[in-house]
Amino acid sequence: MKIDSRLRVAELTVERGGRRILGSVAVEFASGSVTAVLGPNGGGKSTLLGCMAGLLSPSHGTVELDGTPLPSLAADERARRIAFLPQIPEISWPVDVATLVALGRIPFRHRASDAENEAAVRRAMQATRTTQWSQRTVTTLSGGERARVLLARVLAGESDWILTDEPFAGLDPAHQFEAADLLQSLAAQGHGVVLTIHDLALAARIADRVVILHRGRIVADGTPEAALTPSTLREVYGIDAQWVAVRERGAPLIAIHGRHAS
Amino acid sequence: MMTTRRWVMPSLLALVLGLAIASIVVGRIVLGWNVWLDQDTIGRTILLELRLPRALLGIVIGAALGLAGAALQGYLRNPLADPGTLGVSSMAAFGAVLSIFFGIADWHPWVLPLSGVGGAIVGMAALLLLAGMTASALTLVLSGVILSAIAVAGIALVLSLSPSPWAAGEIVRWLLGALADRSLDDLAISSPLIAVGAALILTSRQALDALTLGEMGARSLGIDLRRAQWQLAGGVGLVVGASVAVSGIIGFVGLVVPHLLRPLVGAKPSTLLVPSAAGGAALVLAGDVVVRILPGGSEVQLGVVMSLIGAPFFFALLYSMRRQVT
Repeated sequence: MKIDSRLRVAELTVERGGRRILGSVAVEFASGSVTAVLGPNGGGKSTLLGCMAGLLSPSHGTVELDGTPLPSLAADERARRIAFLPQIPEISWPVDVATLVALGRIPFRHRASDAENEAAVRRAMQATRTTQWSQRTVTTLSGGERARVLLARVLAGESDWILTDEPFAGLDPAHQFEAADLLQSLAAQGHGVVLTIHDLALAARIADRVVILHRGRIVADGTPEAALTPSTLREVYGIDAQWVAVRERGAPLIAIHGRHAS
Repeated sequence: MMTTRRWVMPSLLALVLGLAIASIVVGRIVLGWNVWLDQDTIGRTILLELRLPRALLGIVIGAALGLAGAALQGYLRNPLADPGTLGVSSMAAFGAVLSIFFGIADWHPWVLPLSGVGGAIVGMAALLLLAGMTASALTLVLSGVILSAIAVAGIALVLSLSPSPWAAGEIVRWLLGALADRSLDDLAISSPLIAVGAALILTSRQALDALTLGEMGARSLGIDLRRAQWQLAGGVGLVVGASVAVSGIIGFVGLVVPHLLRPLVGAKPSTLLVPSAAGGAALVLAGDVVVRILPGGSEVQLGVVMSLIGAPFFFALLYSMRRQVT
């Protein structure tokens, strides 16, 4: 079944403790692509993602899923359509991997049969290549293994949208690309993938679209090459960077020289 | 792993059954099989009026405390949680004692257990307020210390002010619970309240599982945490309040049992609930048999034995967690 879904953020303003975290952000996401949300620390990336997942209430503005404002959706329905992986995922108990992944089926508890749930968990574990660890306790996994298992938990929901906050933090380059490949293949299957990321080069490599948030506002939005321009990066991060063509590789890569000397 | 899990429940139930039989047989007078058949003997009176209520209350109250412990641990995501150590049981006892002091407990047989439930729910509300959802173990344990201190002082004060000549004995009876000298009426009044509380706890099991992923994780799975919070506060309040109103405070059951069962049934909060109830019943029955076979002139309070087992256990658990606690 082809997913055709839109997640629209309209005039979203979030204020916490008198501080404006997001100011009138308007942006629309379409399923079938990977969007990377970038920006300096405190720029509002996590807040935007939290609002898009329906977990944070904005001070003003709305997030609509295919025309329906998120607060009008039942929590279960919202959870079935939008999966969210927080920045620092908590695992409170030493459960085994299969049990953890199966938590992703909780939104389907009144909907799907046990067999359907088990099949979805199996597919998610196959996609993330975590099946061999099903009986292992999550506390015995390495950081990279854990990240894959948590991603499997998110995939088990088979939701249209996958929002993930810093999915590559703490992963070595090989595991970063592995996780990135998986997110790209999900987008290719039609899912909408929105992720926050700090690594500009990785974002440029894997994202179809880049949105840059700075001081609660969108300062650039477009293809990686259109959004991550040297002038934008200088303005937002205060760094000097440029796109370089590397022989033997089709696409150009972004190279960061260092802090901008002003 | 799965093979381990399959035999746990039948073994626990067999253990409960065995201990219930021991609880009926063992005592100052050892009852034989013939008491079931004899009519109008002292043995039959002991059986029906003393031992049977005691064994059944042991099962019900033990199950209530074990279930409450497993639910609290799941909700607070902390293996140190227990209605006793967190002061919920003390608050229940305080509620029950207040209803006796003001004479309202005489109005109706339901008033005493409901006052216990009221105290326990106030305790739960205060705990959630003090410790919150994302509490560290330290805040949690300190909240328990504060609640217990208030409740214990309140119980002692109220009973000291009462005109009863047995005030000191009454204080001990509430603070160190027991199952001796309870009747089938106590069972009839506490069981429905405990059953409703248990149902509330069991219906929130998905929320407990989802909380394995933390507050944000649970909400992203479509869990209404506010509802789960009320359901658990009400459920734990009912099972703990109704138990304590009958037996007084029997501590540490809810702490020890889930911890012992976690390696056997797995750490998933929902799978731990029912086995913890069975384990709680077994532990309380066993403790209640032990108090009867200990040498000495008068029977030791069950609460004493549970604290003697539970407190070192709590110490060991805290010691093993010491790096995460602060």
